[in-house]
Amino acid sequence: MDIKQQIIEIIAEQAMLEPSDVTMDSTPESLGIDSLGLVESIFAIEERFDISVPFNANAPEQSDFDISSVARIVEGIEKLVAEQT
Amino acid sequence: MKRVVITGAGTINPLGQNVPATLDAMREGRCGISGLEFRDVERLQIRIGGQIKGFEPEAVFNRQQLSLYDRFTQFTLVAAREAVAQSGLSFTDQLSERSGVVLGTSGGGLTTQDENYRVVYEEGKNRVHPFVVPKLMNNAAASHVSMEFNLRGPSFTVATACASSNHAMGQAFHMIRSGMCDVMVTGGSESMLCFGGVKAWEGLRVMSRDGCRPFSATRNGMVQGEGAGVFVFEEYDHARARGAEILCEVKGFAMTSDAADIVMPSKQGAARAITGALRDGGIALERVGYINAHGTGTAANDKTECAAVSDAFGAHADRLMISSTKSMHGHLIGGTGAVELLACIMALRDGVIAPTINYEEPDPECALDVVPNVAREAEVDVVLSNAFAFGGLNAVLALGRA
Repeated sequence: MDIKQQIIEIIAEQAMLEPSDVTMDSTPESLGIDSLGLVESIFAIEERFDISVPFNANAPEQSDFDISSVARIVEGIEKLVAEQT
Repeated sequence: MKRVVITGAGTINPLGQNVPATLDAMREGRCGISGLEFRDVERLQIRIGGQIKGFEPEAVFNRQQLSLYDRFTQFTLVAAREAVAQSGLSFTDQLSERSGVVLGTSGGGLTTQDENYRVVYEEGKNRVHPFVVPKLMNNAAASHVSMEFNLRGPSFTVATACASSNHAMGQAFHMIRSGMCDVMVTGGSESMLCFGGVKAWEGLRVMSRDGCRPFSATRNGMVQGEGAGVFVFEEYDHARARGAEILCEVKGFAMTSDAADIVMPSKQGAARAITGALRDGGIALERVGYINAHGTGTAANDKTECAAVSDAFGAHADRLMISSTKSMHGHLIGGTGAVELLACIMALRDGVIAPTINYEEPDPECALDVVPNVAREAEVDVVLSNAFAFGGLNAVLALGRA
């Protein structure tokens, strides 16, 4: 399974939705994921890919990691995974 | 109803190992936050904290005591000794039965737990020290204080995360005001600066890696500290009759619950606690000159707290001062309200308002007088101490001049 599909599954599980309901332009808010849910999703992603995501829940918009949409999250994770290998 | 006054204060915290040293540091706007030093710190992402350095427990306690005293109990006893000595009280006969201890802590003997989990899980040993349980239990500190000073009345421990100390001191206040007790030793203590303690907080992603900047637009999270603050609360006539020096009066207290979210604070819950404390003390809004803020330096707390103060005080919010001393000593979690009460006493007694240091840039959502960077001289009549805990539990104390 590619990175994109795995991230969609993690996010869908957090949002209690079907993966098919999660689109690339979905935002955490549009999926009903609050700040705690977001922190939990990032944790699940870190565990899955064995990476460390630079995300600060205090100032999500100022973090080095862009969480404004599913597409941005996938891009960011792909970059982190690539950097690691 | 009885009146309640404070006749003794003691502390050990990142700014100082007694009250005078702490107040000097607050007056000078000194920062007690530095690099953390303990085993496995290199495995943490967060490596700063308000850690007490240069404290040698072996110089204060004997070997037998140390086998029973977790670091949070050690801090409590150091602070309690200073407070009781200042009060000049000795607890014998009837006074001993009408005196007790109520302390706040969130993690209790967390360091003891951390060390012993390491022994059984990491090192694979099958035997731990026989005193692990009495050392780690949350009420250990309150019990040791009761034993050391012969306090034989009601004693217990309050755990409401970041509001533990304020809830504890509120209980002590109520117990004296109602006539149940004459003297209560109260406050709180915390010592979570160990690998497991910080690792758990790190997971929540609300910790700053570079500093605590409450109310500043550049803030990026909280910084944890450790230490204790302990006070002697005494019934007013009892204190007067023995000619005790009165540091200040505890005038009002209120607690509310947000009943909303396990981590996000609520403006309404906080505002109701502030208004409630004033109503409880029969205090007009305009008399409040200073608020020691909860002011954690997280995005959520600081803007919610400022909005709550604006709601509670209306136009007077722009005339009072509000500062967060967490910028200097960090967030002492269950002990924080107790150490912060020292800034309230300094404001009332010495007319010095402790600053919010590390203030870099105004935030329109925190547009109050936060006493940026430099302490200020001001006469104040009534001060408040705010504490708003995870879990939506709020506790606000109102103090007045003696």
